[in-house]
Amino acid sequence: MNEHLLDIRNLKTWYRTYQGYAQVVDGVNLTIDAGKKIGIVGESGCGKTTTMKSVLRVLDERKAYLPEGEILFKNQNILKMRETELQQIRRKNISMISQEPSAALNPVFTVGQQIFDVISYSKQDDTAKNKKELTDIAIKAIRDVFIPDPERILECYPHQLSGGMKQRICIAMALVTPRELLIADEPGTALDVTIQDQIHRLLRALVDEKQTALIMITHSLGVVRELVDQIYVMYAGNIVEVATTNELFKNPLHPYTRGLMDCVPRLSGGGISAGIYGYVPDYVHPTPGCRFSPRCPYVKEICRVQKPLMLEVSEGHTVACFRYTDSFTEQHRQEESIGERA
Amino acid sequence: MLRFVGKRLFEGIFVLIGISIMLFIIARIIPGDPARMSLGPRAPQFAVDELRKEMHLDKSLPVQYLYWIKGVLQGDFGKSINTKRPVSTDIKEFLPATLELVLFSGIFLIILSILLGLLAAKYRDTLVDNMIRGLSYIGIAIPAFALAILLLLLFGYVWQVIPVLGRLSSGVAAPIHITGLFAFDSLITGNFTTFFDTLGHLILPALALATGPLFQEARLLRASLVDNMGKEYISVATGYGLPSRVIMTRYLLRPSFIPVVPVMGMDLASLMGNAFLVEKIFNWPGISRYGMNALLNKDLNAISAVFLVFGAIFLLVNIIVDIIVASLDPRIRLGAKS
Ligand SMILES: Nc1ncnc2c1ncn2[C@@H]1O[C@H](COP(=O)(O)OP(=O)(O)O)[C@@H](O)[C@H]1O
Ligand SMILES: [Mg+2]
Repeated sequence: MNEHLLDIRNLKTWYRTYQGYAQVVDGVNLTIDAGKKIGIVGESGCGKTTTMKSVLRVLDERKAYLPEGEILFKNQNILKMRETELQQIRRKNISMISQEPSAALNPVFTVGQQIFDVISYSKQDDTAKNKKELTDIAIKAIRDVFIPDPERILECYPHQLSGGMKQRICIAMALVTPRELLIADEPGTALDVTIQDQIHRLLRALVDEKQTALIMITHSLGVVRELVDQIYVMYAGNIVEVATTNELFKNPLHPYTRGLMDCVPRLSGGGISAGIYGYVPDYVHPTPGCRFSPRCPYVKEICRVQKPLMLEVSEGHTVACFRYTDSFTEQHRQEESIGERA
Repeated sequence: MLRFVGKRLFEGIFVLIGISIMLFIIARIIPGDPARMSLGPRAPQFAVDELRKEMHLDKSLPVQYLYWIKGVLQGDFGKSINTKRPVSTDIKEFLPATLELVLFSGIFLIILSILLGLLAAKYRDTLVDNMIRGLSYIGIAIPAFALAILLLLLFGYVWQVIPVLGRLSSGVAAPIHITGLFAFDSLITGNFTTFFDTLGHLILPALALATGPLFQEARLLRASLVDNMGKEYISVATGYGLPSRVIMTRYLLRPSFIPVVPVMGMDLASLMGNAFLVEKIFNWPGISRYGMNALLNKDLNAISAVFLVFGAIFLLVNIIVDIIVASLDPRIRLGAKS
């Protein structure tokens, strides 16, 4: 059996709320192999962060409930691990860059103190006790993310740094010791576009150099196009389409993916993008059918009552939509094309 | 840091001057002639006039203030009508008793509130948390004097396990006067009989005084801890595999203390003024009780002195609080924009 680096199977992550369970992540399947780069794309609120925080098990256990699913890291189920094993994975194998760099650093400790903690728990050998060695490792990591004067930065408190610097520090921290998997949660989203672009190129260069696998999370397809080999499109806690980056841009199948494409600003012009009408649904009372059905322009009766399964339409390209199943009859397809022309 | 402290001390001086002017004006606009009051109704008019001259009451108000403040700076607050002694002598006698009481209360307050706050936050929404919550409501609701009477009756009379009333049991000698804090003085002079006796006398009034603010602080600390537990930096630190012990004591505790310290400091300073009922009940020869008696008897010199002392202590506590907060929070120490 082919061993994946990370293999998420039918993951469900719910939140306890006063109205009942918010069934946010609804059976996500995702795999990534060592050294590969994948993107997860979906509008904000669709459960990207929740999925990835489930992987590191950093969700508040009082609020989050995981009724089903497995998260296999090198065939070991993270969800079933004992605390000590889990801690080893967190310290040595996987790191995650938070979506909010400004909130990710503790305001009352210096950048240095926080990076040193990460290094010393990750190393757990003599390095951990040697201040000089810790400093050297930290300085190298900060230099790697192109922040000038790393010695001074180590003495700084987070509030003394700009947003871009905090983002870079978060990246430096995530890669300060070798990792097999880096999860980057919308890096640079909080920053302006030019800096965001720099951050993305920096990340790419770093993971290439260190041969770290990358899961890049974003809400915009355009952003990941240059960065990853394979894209998972996520909608309301479901993966709705998976394809290699080229294939997806050439041949987007799911209506939601197409909607996202329309959101990508096109320099070639072509008028105002259509976007997608509506917003992410209520997770406490989700529809029994396809979660996209309330917003789907091609919705049919079956979409409202039954969940579409992932269907492989071509090699490595899968989609969860009834338009591509046999039960979606030829007649429907014809009606639809008439509708489209009209 | 030193500049910061210097600046606060400098500001403090102005506040004290403000307080002193206010006190002086209040003392002078209260109806009644202080000279007549101190000599009594039957004294002849010429004696009163003589005293008025001696007290500079015939001069204009600003000049009177300058005379008064000159005396105050030399430790001369004038005479108390009540005790017929110089007010400064009274203060020297009564202030240490209250300071000692408040210090002990403060120890209870700080240790117990942190302990309860941590427990409640760590076991939030469980039985432990709910029990502490219930206890807190009772502790906050019950007035200090009611608790004082209850403790006095239970421990002093029903079970008779702890000595009550006053600072020492009769027959136990007071320690050599060094600071006036009996527990401290007796400890460093090696007088253990006195030390344990005065400690026993301290426990109940200190506890009665501390209970209300103690539970309030515990609630505050719990709220602050729980609030910070949800912060992204805690999730990040957890994600890097830092042990929960380290996260709890380092990453969480320090930021959570920041909003609690100022409230704790002010509550501690307020104990000085709030102590009078507890002092009355435990027959504690403290300055709070002395000040209350002075108020009831319009003993102006004593009132001014007590208020000035309380004001100075408030300022001092404030400065200490600011120093602690600044040392906890770099955003304040280094002057953040927002
Ligand atoms: N602690 C929580 N309790 C209840 N709902 C939550 C909680 N955290 C996130 N959610 C909800 O889960 C959904 C997905 O959030 P998130 O995973 O942050 O999405 P994304 O990262 O894709 O923007 C949102 O609707 C959000 O409101
Ligand atoms: Mg997110």
